[in-house]
Amino acid sequence: MSTYVEWDALGNILLWGLIVGAGLPALFAIGVRIAEGPGARDEDGRISTGRKVLSGLCFGIAALTVLGAVAYIAAGGH
Amino acid sequence: MVRVTEPLLLAVVVATALAFDFTNGFHDTGNAMATSIATRALKPKQAVLLSASLNLVGAFLSLTVAATIAKGIVDSNVVTLGVVLAGLTGGILWNLLTWLLGLPSSSSHALIGGVVGAVLAAAGTSGVLWDGLISKVLLPALIAPVVAILVASVGTRLVTRFTKDVKQDDNDRLFRWGQIGSASLVSLAHGTNDAQKSMGIILLALIAAGAVPEDSGVPFWVILSCALAMALGTYLGGWRVIRTLGKGLVELESRQGMAAETSSAAVILLSSHFGYSLSTTHVATGSILGSGVGMKGASVRWSVAGRMFLAWLITVPAAGIVGALAYGLGALVGGGVGSFVVFAALIAASAAIWYASRKDAVGHHNVNDDWKPKQDNESILAESVVDHDMKLMRVSKKGKRRKLGGKR
Repeated sequence: MSTYVEWDALGNILLWGLIVGAGLPALFAIGVRIAEGPGARDEDGRISTGRKVLSGLCFGIAALTVLGAVAYIAAGGH
Repeated sequence: MVRVTEPLLLAVVVATALAFDFTNGFHDTGNAMATSIATRALKPKQAVLLSASLNLVGAFLSLTVAATIAKGIVDSNVVTLGVVLAGLTGGILWNLLTWLLGLPSSSSHALIGGVVGAVLAAAGTSGVLWDGLISKVLLPALIAPVVAILVASVGTRLVTRFTKDVKQDDNDRLFRWGQIGSASLVSLAHGTNDAQKSMGIILLALIAAGAVPEDSGVPFWVILSCALAMALGTYLGGWRVIRTLGKGLVELESRQGMAAETSSAAVILLSSHFGYSLSTTHVATGSILGSGVGMKGASVRWSVAGRMFLAWLITVPAAGIVGALAYGLGALVGGGVGSFVVFAALIAASAAIWYASRKDAVGHHNVNDDWKPKQDNESILAESVVDHDMKLMRVSKKGKRRKLGGKR
């Protein structure tokens, strides 16, 4: 069987798939939790600056990864 | 002035390649957009317009077109224009048939199947590289959904854990953006990847007919027409497939949609990076299933998924049979006339499938209707399979099953 399945490539796809494909949504979810989770808003309904920066960082990394993927496609990697 | 051999055959092959490109876009819209439509992150028409635009951009984005078809799967010496035409015919008809049944299936596998069938008819079993067929086509069809289910279910589990005490409104509002971004990436990758396949086929045909020199790049009109054909197909939207992917497998919410599309984009891009190509359709379907597996309390309709897996397993042989028949028909009549007869038969069969689809049309207006309300899914499915009647699976807008035919 080993000749029929490229196990090395498959292992890499699975490993990086989990890191990027599952990690990125998780990071985004952390951003959502920081911005809108329990205790995020004070009595006036405002979100503190610290939380805004942290959640913005999470969303920013996610957005940058998408842009990086577009650059990768454009560079002919796909 | 270059002398073009068999100009009629060339024209027919180019037209058929563009038609395949069209069905490719048409059939695969759902891979990127089904989840966004189902969760109402985008209106159905907005979603297909966005996807079509990105497919168009994607087709121009990168041009690493290789003038090969089914490389490593069939002996390239036996691939003639007649084989290519028959292979495309098999691919198109299988795409249309699976669309009629609302089943997502891989367009590239359909094309490979058609070519393999045509090669078998043209050169016998020695023309097919069986090891390549197993290792590059059949096994990846089984592996891709497993990888995608795993990645998407882990992603969904993490996302729902982190956001379980965030208000549903806030979740939907924010994840909507993540969903649109990740779905757009899948559309873009699809445009780049799949439009290039059709460009490669047309380039191959042009070289074979002597219309362009062997070392020619892709002429601009080929890039433009392939990009437009795929974008048009995407815009018209294979609503039947979108419906199955978005509503048939799992009841989706934004968080799952986002996790599923990110998983799809990641696995598709990584698989081509590591040189182990997995089909977009298989990955996207697996990701949607995974988003149901990873969500506590969500139920996955494995009976619908089972029908899909079955369709994937028979894609290559089924498209192969059509490809072989098309090649036989062309060879029987012979020459340029033969290719016209094949082309005419393709048009007639496509028209018949389209006509059949009108009986229970699915469009942007009803794509999000409930799947099978108040009815046990398995019983309807079993009934329709036993009676060989797809109409039994149809539901009306109000959710009541329509009674069709006088038997019951």
